[in-house]
Amino acid sequence: MPEGILCNKQVVDTKEKLNALLADKSGKQYYDEMTRLDVDTEALWATIEKTCKSRLRTWLEICAHCGMCADSCFIYLANKRDPKQVPSYKIQSTLGEIVKRKGKVDNEFMRYVMDTAWAKCTCCNRCATYCPFGIDMGVMFGYVRGLCFSHGFVPWELKIGSGMHRIYKAQMDITTEDWVDTCEWMVEEYEEDWPGLEIPVDKENADIIYTVNAREPKHYPEDLAEAAILFHIAGENWTVPSQGWEETSLAMFAGDWGACKLQVESVYAAMDRLKPKRMVVTECGHAYRATVLEGPYWAGIKSGKTPIESFHYVEWVAEALRTGKLKIDPAKKIKEPVTYQDSCNYIRNGGLGDYAREIMSYIAEDFREMKPCREHNFCCGGGGGLNGIGRYRKERNIGLTVKRDQILATGAKLVVTPCHNCWDAIRDLEEVYKIGIRWSFLKPLLLGMVEVPEHLLPREE
Amino acid sequence: MYELVTGPLAWLSFGIFFFGLFYRLVWYIRGLNWQMDRVSYTQNMVYGIKGALRSILFWLVPFGTRSWRYYPGFTILVFIFHICLLATPVFLMGHNVLLLERWGFSLPTLPEGIADFMTTCVIVSAVFIICRRIALPEVRILTKPYDLFVLAIAVAPFITGFFAFHQVGSYDFWIIAHVLCGEIMLVAIPFTKLSHFLLFFLSRAQMGMDYGIKRGGMKNKGMAW
Repeated sequence: MPEGILCNKQVVDTKEKLNALLADKSGKQYYDEMTRLDVDTEALWATIEKTCKSRLRTWLEICAHCGMCADSCFIYLANKRDPKQVPSYKIQSTLGEIVKRKGKVDNEFMRYVMDTAWAKCTCCNRCATYCPFGIDMGVMFGYVRGLCFSHGFVPWELKIGSGMHRIYKAQMDITTEDWVDTCEWMVEEYEEDWPGLEIPVDKENADIIYTVNAREPKHYPEDLAEAAILFHIAGENWTVPSQGWEETSLAMFAGDWGACKLQVESVYAAMDRLKPKRMVVTECGHAYRATVLEGPYWAGIKSGKTPIESFHYVEWVAEALRTGKLKIDPAKKIKEPVTYQDSCNYIRNGGLGDYAREIMSYIAEDFREMKPCREHNFCCGGGGGLNGIGRYRKERNIGLTVKRDQILATGAKLVVTPCHNCWDAIRDLEEVYKIGIRWSFLKPLLLGMVEVPEHLLPREE
Repeated sequence: MYELVTGPLAWLSFGIFFFGLFYRLVWYIRGLNWQMDRVSYTQNMVYGIKGALRSILFWLVPFGTRSWRYYPGFTILVFIFHICLLATPVFLMGHNVLLLERWGFSLPTLPEGIADFMTTCVIVSAVFIICRRIALPEVRILTKPYDLFVLAIAVAPFITGFFAFHQVGSYDFWIIAHVLCGEIMLVAIPFTKLSHFLLFFLSRAQMGMDYGIKRGGMKNKGMAW
């Protein structure tokens, strides 16, 4: 079968196609069709010749096969050091083989490549920091995902996710109206306790444009309210855009580079339209990576920078605490042992480790680092889209054991997780392994301990 | 025969070595693409150079990176192997005598005993490297005959040189074999994995620029390698 009805080489860009995929429960038909999907070997090789240039070719060629990447990979460690989980083996047996065979691979091989690219690598990029040549298997598997996507070999959920971005400019089916309604609803819910609370939509020339993860308006609208309250307490002049508010990119996880471009351009258009001074991104790791670090390249911005300067939420919180815009009530600081989950996307790959420590120094009395931590921390276990793929749930749960043991070793029962993926992975980790921990974004923790200026408190009638 | 291998063949192999490496250099740099690699190399050059230098220097220092510290035994092996492999031929008395005779200049030289010891180090570390390849499952699965072939090319000049120096059997045989092996190695460098002689630096520089420009280098003191 050259192309399936659901599993094919086409992108999902209409609601009809999207609904057809969504109706296929757990992707049963989708994966069945995938077993018969033709591989266009000529097109595959043509793409490789055009895009697999000196950096990737050199990595494939000079890898010394020394195995120093082995222990850097949490999936290798979690799978009892299975040699087939050594990063170098994983890339050599997939991309390395495709290049060696000049693209002449079959359906079964491409399914092996897909299973490796999504279930055996979260693109955490840790191996790159352990390889003497700096060979980055995360970057290479990102590239492999792109090849897989364009040939129809992509996990069902991510085909849907990238379609959502193309249709809704968000990873979920949230329209502009839904989003603006949610902002208004949250103000109504909380304005009694916080007189004067606003979520200003499309305000021009604000100091901050705040952008979010679609899960927040869809599933956790209180997160949006908490952000609004903290900005309110800090006295920030801020806004959210009615369009271009979504920072995440399941398209990046899927390897759908066209959708990645469309998504980030919607955010950059909001910057151009509203002319804010800077952007603050919610507590999400891959969202920051996609829109702030990688996005400018997808959009063709030569400076590699977003149209206005952009900050992760931890940078804003650290600044607010440092400058006294937010003040912590010393009596309300976290007293119990607490640890911090360094997100690969903004700590290792964004360099924001110091900001996280600065925040913890203000809010925690007994902060305990995981080992290893900061740039060398292990992935939560659910990064790179792995959390959301049903086909690989078993593999994901095995991978979580490394994080479980890291957390247990700190002795902390509370894990600060300013990243949606980490937050989910650690929630699932507790559900599966029941180690008696709690986990939290920064916003609710901060709200529980900030000093509220007198004039912002509700007036007693 | 000796005249042939130390004359025209030497010129040929050095020529292939230098032109080959020059080609690899140009090919590597021309193949970089700011948009595809997602690193704005030229637009943020200062951050890029800083990142590249950090990335190379930390990795050139034994135990200078977390990874080198994580594998202390292998790190010692790697550094002994590479330092001896690179320094011995350059500062060997015999080579420098040749250099003085042919070109009228020479470099500082190592005492013969030390050079002999360093040659032994190259051979012994190569044996350990092979043992490691066989013993560790995570390395064994990666190892291909090609890896051993490349190692053999790199070590052959040392084995043959060792035999020649100690005059085991026929000196004339070993010295010609030694020169030929050295020339094979020079020619192999641009065309095999041994190209990491140059590409180590380019690959590290590229990764350093990635970290220096995009992955946090503009917001922190530099990647903690």
